[in-house]
Amino acid sequence: MKLESRIPEGSLEQKWTKYKNTARLVNPSNKRNIDIIVVGTGLAGSSAAASLAEMGYRVKTFCFQDSPRRAHSIAAQGGINAAKNYMNDGDSTYRLFYDTIKGGDYRAREANVHRLAEVSANIIDQCVAQGVPFARDYGGLLDNRSFGGTQVSRTFYAAGQTGQQLLLGAYSALSRQIGKGTVQMLNRHEMLDLVVVNGKARGIIARNMITGALERHSAHAVVLCTGGYGNVFYLSTNAMGSNVTAAWKAHKKGAAFANPCYTQIHPTCIPVSGDHQSKLTLMSESLRNDGRIWVPKKKEDVEAIRAKKLKPQDIKEEDRDYYLERRYPAFGNLVPRDIASRAAKERCDEGYGVNATGEAVYLDFSSAIVRYGKAQANVKGLANATHEQLVELGTEVVKEKYGNLFQMYEQIVAENPYKTPMMIYPAVHYTMGGLWVDYELKTTVEGCYACGEANFSDHGANRLGASALMQGLADGYFVLPYTIGNYLADEIRTGNISTDTPEFVEAENNVRQQLESYFKTSGKNPVDYYHRRLGKIMWEKCGMARDEEGLKWAIAEIKKLREEFFAEVRVPGSMQGMNPELEKAMRVADFIDLGELMCLDALDRNESCGGHFRVEFQDADGEALRKDDEYNYVAAWQWTGDASKPNLVKEPLIYENIKVQARSYK
Amino acid sequence: MEGNMNLKLKIWRQKSTSDKGAMKDYQLGGVSPDMSFLEMIDVLNDKLIREGDDPVTFDHDCREGICGMCSMFINGEAHGPNRGVTTCQLHMRSFKDGDTIYVEPWRSAGFPVIKDLMVDRGAFDRIQQAGGFISVNTSGRTMDANAIPVPKEDADKAFSAATCIGCGACAASCPNGSAMLFVSAKVSQFALLPQGQPERKERVLNMVKQMDEEGFGNCSNIGACEVQCPKNISLENIARMNREYLMANIKPEN
Ligand SMILES: Cc1cc2nc3c(=O)[nH]c(=O)nc-3n(C[C@H](O)[C@H](O)[C@H](O)COP(=O)(O)OP(=O)(O)OC[C@H]3O[C@@H](n4cnc5c(N)ncnc54)[C@H](O)[C@@H]3O)c2cc1C
Ligand code: SF4
Ligand code: FES
Repeated sequence: MKLESRIPEGSLEQKWTKYKNTARLVNPSNKRNIDIIVVGTGLAGSSAAASLAEMGYRVKTFCFQDSPRRAHSIAAQGGINAAKNYMNDGDSTYRLFYDTIKGGDYRAREANVHRLAEVSANIIDQCVAQGVPFARDYGGLLDNRSFGGTQVSRTFYAAGQTGQQLLLGAYSALSRQIGKGTVQMLNRHEMLDLVVVNGKARGIIARNMITGALERHSAHAVVLCTGGYGNVFYLSTNAMGSNVTAAWKAHKKGAAFANPCYTQIHPTCIPVSGDHQSKLTLMSESLRNDGRIWVPKKKEDVEAIRAKKLKPQDIKEEDRDYYLERRYPAFGNLVPRDIASRAAKERCDEGYGVNATGEAVYLDFSSAIVRYGKAQANVKGLANATHEQLVELGTEVVKEKYGNLFQMYEQIVAENPYKTPMMIYPAVHYTMGGLWVDYELKTTVEGCYACGEANFSDHGANRLGASALMQGLADGYFVLPYTIGNYLADEIRTGNISTDTPEFVEAENNVRQQLESYFKTSGKNPVDYYHRRLGKIMWEKCGMARDEEGLKWAIAEIKKLREEFFAEVRVPGSMQGMNPELEKAMRVADFIDLGELMCLDALDRNESCGGHFRVEFQDADGEALRKDDEYNYVAAWQWTGDASKPNLVKEPLIYENIKVQARSYK
Repeated sequence: MEGNMNLKLKIWRQKSTSDKGAMKDYQLGGVSPDMSFLEMIDVLNDKLIREGDDPVTFDHDCREGICGMCSMFINGEAHGPNRGVTTCQLHMRSFKDGDTIYVEPWRSAGFPVIKDLMVDRGAFDRIQQAGGFISVNTSGRTMDANAIPVPKEDADKAFSAATCIGCGACAASCPNGSAMLFVSAKVSQFALLPQGQPERKERVLNMVKQMDEEGFGNCSNIGACEVQCPKNISLENIARMNREYLMANIKPEN
């Protein structure tokens, strides 16, 4: 396999414009004869499906939830980046591009990232035109906040529900097309295989989750917008259903999987409370605009807090260690996620964690509340406001900015975060790795594309906050609709694609056999039992800190787990009808294979970069140590038929515009 | 092993849409107050699977109150006893050791049961498809986002209406089975924004027409929907939609 990134010639600023000017087009009457399957209805899928249908293609869209509006994108909280420079703080396309490359620890493609920064401003225009109610200031103009890894305010938001509002915007565009009949929407359908005919993606096998029936769907191109694979860790901030199956099936049919080990562990999540835990809840990065992170300086204070003899409010200012502000004065609490997470782990490993398990730090809003209170008091002309009044006024401001997050926290933890600092700890959140795609977002299978979190494209080894929403919508609204035409221009004479060919029959039979196999074993444990075990292996050995020995151990454990899983998993019911346990079994089987690949990838990469931290490779201050001369490549893994022996193909990363240097946020 | 609450659960079991269904009793121990309600059902399902029974089917995904999948009547109330939260945000600390808890699916003509606690809410999608959008193409070449300032108050109100998660608790709680709160939230969001003006009339007419066709009942201002809504969507939206609807009907097109 040869990897062709297909990056257009010319200067960085001109590449996308030139590409669009020269890409082949499909004329309107031909578009009507071309079918496109879009799997997934998150930001990437909904925006892609709506756009393709508007252009005139015949689109079929799939999701496993009961409505496209429920895709996991709905849960995104804090915001979406765009280089609008409305704040007049020096932002520009170049700066967004630069911040993203640097934030990704110099492991992303320049051309893709620049294109992302270029189209970012259009996203905001588009969404406002669709009626997305972004936050506004008193003059009626759009407001911005800051996210980690940047020194400008370029993040647009809708309280703590930005993903919801953006997805509902894309869903409304999609609904409009469904209403017109240009998109056929198949809810509660799960893609279980990609069908490849003569080297080209020609359709999928999907299971109707209500009836259990297997269906064949054909198309001239298949677009996978199926999200990330963070749930390989079992506990993550992802929705329960998020999974890797669609991408993994494409991988097994020839699509290379890139940088699987690049996982984002988000620093501010609600800590694990017990063995019953089914998922973890994020507290948006936007909270780091106003919240200050700390642990006590003294061990005796830590002990007293754990024993509930002291409250965090009782710890004097000088006895608090605001460790991010201490270690990274230039960015303070707004360092990128990988750095903030590791710093929290470092403090907790040293014994400064503030909850019973020793795995929590404080995120404290008290000084922000007073600061906002003072500003409000000034606005209202309350010169002699008491401290209590300031707190009251400030609390209102904080409530307006983050109210729903504080409510979520209070529901889960049963503590009022306006009064007591939040307790937080890092958790798995996002996966930078994914299906390898070229500049056109095409995988290594002709006619099979990947958008959104499902591809590996833009975030290198660490994604900056508020950039996933940007990428999902950029891919779906503004990139794929152009690039896919360049391929489909050759398909105008193909005509309808039959689903009776041997390839479809074989794919369907394979899926049926896999499904049936779960009912043959008498079975001991439910699917979740194995999923939790896999998650624990991954979290401990392929999580925030990795080393050679641990990864080798993990690989051996995963192999054992795979055997046990297939021999002993118990799946109730049958193939017919609704069967959530069967759905989970199919997903966990793929997670097991993926988990092994992640460990192999982490083992191959003998350096630390972004979210991939190999304990053996760090400097004296504990910062990640990259090895650019050896590892400045994208690791694209090819399926060989044996999950333990994938084939590594390298795409060298070439930096022509940015000087690769050690990342510093000090 | 984790917790020490013992519960008696009475859960609606129904094999398929055509099956009649019935309540069934379960005894469950080891429940911790820190578990969410859905995690408690996970524990029950683990037990049922191990004992060779069919686990309880229910809708869920985000488990943090935003996707709108989870949908249970708990002790006769949509999303359970607490206000302003979804089922997945409800924690077992809201119950006591020894409690009997009734768990049922949404009951509404518009939401047929698929299995156990899982219902079909496709009606909501179809209402949205009838008019819940602004007809702007996705080219990105619209006007600059800051070209039209929107008064903060309108923007905030539009946002509040737009936080509806489409869970269906409103229609399920309404004695008339009316979906007005859901529909009015969408109509209001767009009616409050300048971008929504050009299609204001057709939108409300088309969405209401579809709502009626889906078999939802009429609104008689009982207000149960607002009480049960996990996102505190306000009845004001219904009043606004009624005005929109009247205006759309009165003013002749010209
Ligand atoms: C809690 C949380 C908060 C976040 N906050 C932010 C934020 O503030 N800013 C930001 O930029 N990013 C944020 N992110 C990240 C961001 O939300 C995601 O990366 C992004 O939404 C992914 O969008 P997507 O369209 O690629 O996939 P998703 O939204 O995950 O959609 C996947 C779709 O694929 C479908 N699907 C998957 N597999 C199959 C299959 N086999 N068959 C059929 N359908 C399938 C699903 O049904 C779904 O429709 C957050 C993430 C989390 C978890
Ligand atoms: S209005 Fe409230 S109860 Fe009704 S669907 Fe929306 S969020 Fe659910
Ligand atoms: S599971 Fe998403 S709202 Fe409850």
